[in-house]
Amino acid sequence: MIEVDGVGRSFTVGRRRARRTVHAVRDLSFTIEAGEFVGCLGPNGAGKSTTIKMLTGILAPTSGRLRVAGFDPTRRRTALARRIGVVFGQRTTLWWDLPLRDSFQLIRHLYNVDQKVFRARLGALTDLLGLDEFMGTPVRQLSLGQRVRGDITAALLHDPAVLVLDEPTIGLDVVSKVALRDFLRALNAERGTTVLLTTHDLGDVEKLCRRVMLIDHGSLAFDGTLDDLRATVPDERSIEDVVARLYTEGAAPSPPS
Amino acid sequence: MAGTVRTYLLLAWTWLRASAQYPGPLITMTIGSFAVHALDVVAIWVIFEHTRSLAGFGPAEVMFLYGTAGLSFALGDMLFGNADRLSHHIRTGGFDAMLIRPVGVFVQTAVDRFGVQRLGRVLQAVVVLSIALSRLDLPWSRAWIIPPMILCGVVIFASIFTLGGALQFLLTDAPEVANAFTYGGSALTQYPLSVYGEELVRGVTFVIPLAFVNWQPALFALDRQDPFGLPSWLRFASPLAAAVLAGAAALAWRAGVRRYRSTGS
Ligand SMILES: Nc1ncnc2c1ncn2[C@@H]1O[C@H](COP(=O)(O)OP(=O)(O)OP(=O)(O)O)[C@@H](O)[C@H]1O
Ligand SMILES: [Mg+2]
Repeated sequence: MIEVDGVGRSFTVGRRRARRTVHAVRDLSFTIEAGEFVGCLGPNGAGKSTTIKMLTGILAPTSGRLRVAGFDPTRRRTALARRIGVVFGQRTTLWWDLPLRDSFQLIRHLYNVDQKVFRARLGALTDLLGLDEFMGTPVRQLSLGQRVRGDITAALLHDPAVLVLDEPTIGLDVVSKVALRDFLRALNAERGTTVLLTTHDLGDVEKLCRRVMLIDHGSLAFDGTLDDLRATVPDERSIEDVVARLYTEGAAPSPPS
Repeated sequence: MAGTVRTYLLLAWTWLRASAQYPGPLITMTIGSFAVHALDVVAIWVIFEHTRSLAGFGPAEVMFLYGTAGLSFALGDMLFGNADRLSHHIRTGGFDAMLIRPVGVFVQTAVDRFGVQRLGRVLQAVVVLSIALSRLDLPWSRAWIIPPMILCGVVIFASIFTLGGALQFLLTDAPEVANAFTYGGSALTQYPLSVYGEELVRGVTFVIPLAFVNWQPALFALDRQDPFGLPSWLRFASPLAAAVLAGAAALAWRAGVRRYRSTGS
C-alpha cells in the first residue's frame, strides 16, 4: 500500500554565506502492506513529518521513489487525495473561519461523498468522538483537543484506504485518547484501513501498533514488532527506557554538508 | 475544466455563506471600495477641468479606457487576485491543507475567503464604462470588440496574478513584488498609454503585454491612429497575448508548487 524506495529530502536553509543543506530524510526505504497498523517513532527533528509530507504529496522528494495506494504522490496528488486521509495533530487542515459543520459539508462536496453515506459516517464519528457540542463553532475557536477530533473526523469522511496521522494524540485528554485509540483499532480491524501514525506518546504504540519503525537523523534505525524493539536493549525494563536509550545512542549530531 | 468551475463555485458559495454571518463589515467594505474607486472618476473629471484633451483623448474616451481596464482588472482581481494571501498560506504552512484536498490548489487559493466586498470595484468599473459608452455612441462595427477585449484583459490580469503567486514560492517574504506588477499594471492601463514615454509603452506591449488589456483593442474601438506607429494588426492580437501569458503563468505555477517546501513544524 505504501512503498518508499531510497527516498531523500534536503532543504537549503539560510542566505548567502550562511547557506547550508539540511538532510531531513536520507535514503529511506520501507514497505507497508494493506491492512497494517504501523507506528513511527523518532526524536525531534528526525524527519517523521517530512516523510509524511512526502507520502501525502505535499513535498516532492529530492531523490528516490514513492508509491502510495498505487500513485506517485507528487505527480498524482489529487487522485491520491481521494484514497488517503491525512491528519496533522499540530496544525489543522480545516478551514479556520468555517464552523465544523460547514467544513464537513464542504469536504462531502469536494470528495463527492454520497449524501446518505455521508450522514451515516458523520453520525457515527460524531458519537464516537463527541463532536456534538461544538459542531457549530468556527474552527479557530476550538480547543486543541476538540480541533484534533474535528480533523480526524474530516480525514475519515471519504472512507480512505490509507490513513496517515502525524501526532494525532497531541493535546487529547485521557478519555479522548482512549476513545481515539479504540476507534483507530476498530477502523483498522473492521474496515481494513491501513494506518501509519507518528507519535511521541509510547502508549499509542503499545496499545495500537503491531509494527514499529524508528527514524533517526532521516533514516530508518529500527523496523519490527514492539517485542523486537524491547529486545534490542534487554537490560531496560520499560518501553520508555528502551526508546530513550535508542534515541540518545543514535543521537550523535550529523555533520552538516 | 467543468470540475474546476464547479469547485470554484462551491467554495465561493461556502465562503459567501460564512461571511454572511457578519454582514456589517462586508457592507461597509463594499461601499468603501466603491467610494475609493469613485474618486478615480473625480480625478479624471478634475483633469478635464484644466485641459481639453489628455494626450489626444477626450473625456469620454479616457473614461472608456479607464472603464475597460478597470472592469478587466476588477473581474480578474475578484476571481483570482489572492496572490498576497498566498504568501501568508505558504509561511504559515496553510498551503499544506490545500495540497491534501482532491481539487487543484490554484482554485483553492484563488477562491479563499471569497466575499461580496470583491464586487465593489466591479460595480464601479461597470458604472464608468456605461457612462463612457453612452457618451461615445460607438457603431456595432467597432463596438463588437469590447466583450472579447474585456475577457482577454481578465485573462491577462489573472495570468499576472498567477505569475505573482508563482513567485511567492521562491520569495516567501516578498508579496510586494507581485503587487507591484498587478496593481501597478492596473494603474498604468487606466489612462491612454500615449501619456507615457515610448520606451515604457514598448515594454508593456512586448514584454508584459499590458497594452493588450485595453489600449490596442481600444484604438480599434475608438478608430484612432496608433500614436507610436505600431502595426495595426496588433489591435487584434489581444487573444494571442492573453493565451501566451496564460500558458507561461500555468507553467510557472506548476514549477512553483513543485518547489513548495512547507514549514519545519
Ligand atoms: N520547510 C523546511 N525548511 C527547512 N528545514 C526543514 C523544513 N522542514 C523540515 N526541516 C528540517 O528537517 C528536519 C526534520 O524535520 P521534521 O519536521 O521532519 O522532524 P520530525 O521528526 O517531525 O520532528 P518532531 O518530532 O519534532 O515533529 C529538521 O531538522 C527540520 O529543521
Ligand atoms: Mg513532526
